[in-house]
Amino acid sequence: MSTIANSIFSPELAARFDKLVTVYPVKRSALIPMLLYAQDEVGYISEAVIQEIAKRLDLFDLDVRSVLSYYSMLRTKPAGKYNIQVCTNISCMLRGGYEILDHCKAKLGIGHKQVTPDGKFSLEEVECIGACCWAPAMQVNYDFHDELTPAKVDEILADYSAKAAEKDGK
Amino acid sequence: MPRLVSHPDEVRVLSRRFGQGAASIEKYIELDGYNAAQMAIAQGDEMQAWIINTMKASGLRGRGGAGFPTGMKWSFVPKTSPRPKYVLVNGDESEPGTCKDHVLFREDPHAVIEGAMIAGLAVGAKMGFIYLRGEYRYLLNIMEKAVADAYAKGFLGKNIFGSGLDFDVVTQTGAGAYEVGEESALMESLEGKRGIPRIRPPFPAVVGLYGGPTIINNAETIANAPHILLMGGEAYAALGTERNGGTRLFGISGHVERPGVYELSMGYPLRKAIYEVAGGIKGGKQLKAVVPGGASCPVLRADEIDVGLDFDQMAKAGTMLGSGGIVVLDETVSIVEFALRTIKFYQHESCGWCIPCREGTDWIKKTLTRVYEGGGQRKDIDNVQYLAENMMGRTFCPLGDAAAMPTLGFVKKFRKEFEDYIDGKKAGTPVMTTEHDLVGAGH
Repeated sequence: MSTIANSIFSPELAARFDKLVTVYPVKRSALIPMLLYAQDEVGYISEAVIQEIAKRLDLFDLDVRSVLSYYSMLRTKPAGKYNIQVCTNISCMLRGGYEILDHCKAKLGIGHKQVTPDGKFSLEEVECIGACCWAPAMQVNYDFHDELTPAKVDEILADYSAKAAEKDGK
Repeated sequence: MPRLVSHPDEVRVLSRRFGQGAASIEKYIELDGYNAAQMAIAQGDEMQAWIINTMKASGLRGRGGAGFPTGMKWSFVPKTSPRPKYVLVNGDESEPGTCKDHVLFREDPHAVIEGAMIAGLAVGAKMGFIYLRGEYRYLLNIMEKAVADAYAKGFLGKNIFGSGLDFDVVTQTGAGAYEVGEESALMESLEGKRGIPRIRPPFPAVVGLYGGPTIINNAETIANAPHILLMGGEAYAALGTERNGGTRLFGISGHVERPGVYELSMGYPLRKAIYEVAGGIKGGKQLKAVVPGGASCPVLRADEIDVGLDFDQMAKAGTMLGSGGIVVLDETVSIVEFALRTIKFYQHESCGWCIPCREGTDWIKKTLTRVYEGGGQRKDIDNVQYLAENMMGRTFCPLGDAAAMPTLGFVKKFRKEFEDYIDGKKAGTPVMTTEHDLVGAGH
């Protein structure tokens, strides 16, 4: 089905992209969703991802790069398997967001935008994630965790750590 | 996951299906779902006028923050157009303190779809887009399922409800950019570009998405449409105050006992919202200040909260109703720190297109950082005020104003606290710990 040979994406994602470029009045509209879904699969936006997406949308690589650099959720370097994003914006700040961020830093031994040596976790301080009424909150990849306490963060990290180990075991 | 809350003073119109599993299409239909769209179609040739007149009568004003009358906005779309018309639902909820659409998408996704359909019927648009912020991926999944279910029932697509009219819905998310919540930047983003604002006029109602006339409304605004058609415009208007029809989702966060998203009548007293609905100040502390409608609204001091929560009363009080995100600050908060955290956000999110915003947010941040770190001088307060005043109204989009307004609020209303801080008498307990700066797209 794919019009692009030698896709770097899985057949499922390639098929999804084939459909995505047809749903909008203009093909280019699919760019941001494509970058997100590619990142979900590949882990980050690599050069190969940029080139293939540009090709699929009849854009220059530069067009893709220009858009890519604008959006804070898109990254050009790998993150950890579980990317911890702690909100410290006003509502979270008032209810202990910085305490949660510091706790994550100490627990994981990494700082903002760093990855643990085993590649399991990465950490980011982020702006408002839209969970203000359940603050303090964070996202692990796309999952929300809210009304956090340091003890609750420990449990969450332990759960993800176990999940990562389970996946490695397979 | 959002925890649902309730209070006896709530008036449940938009939230009446919350907590009832209405994300399932069967449940939504059972709770009068898709009846409003069918009611509109049953008006026959009068449908468009009927919808717009009902919306006008409802007094509904945009729930994103600007408060523009929705019915009037819809009436600006030209009857005929050489280019296709579109409906664009803005679910790029990013204003700090605001999480109401989060609950809406999760609890009643079909209301958003039906609302978009009604907007489409009202202006003759055949296609609607629902754009959620990138962080809301799990909500996109809920929306996508709801859209697929609506297609499966034949409610979307060709010849909806036997009307001979078509309506398609496309859902997607952004990828992390506050600026994209601004209507013209949102259209740019949906066209696959950097989220940079467009100059207006022309307004989106005339030249919008893909150059076609476009209705663009906040998700909460759109989701009100089916409720308004079902209950009648006048009945909806009567729930609120003059020129401020209906009810609104208010997200109360910060130092309160029971934070949450509550649906209150427009004009509901702010004091009661804080002390009764949200249970008062956390831990029995004293109130210091309130940011009443998301981070961009000028702060109110504790002695200024006897005001009703509608657009006009808030404007009279020198602030804004904004996005309805009420952030409550207790006596332990350092306003200097809070002002710095606020401008850090806007500096990070400025897209960099307009110089007053890009440079203004940066310099205010730098100056406030110096003050915060103890090296401030008295003239820094005047400089901050000067910078903020010169950003106002000098940018393509309201982000410049959104950064300047709260800054002006803090330095004007808490000037003494800034002066004392500079003199070494620091009020409040600092909580900020990060040394690095978040670097945004515009810098």
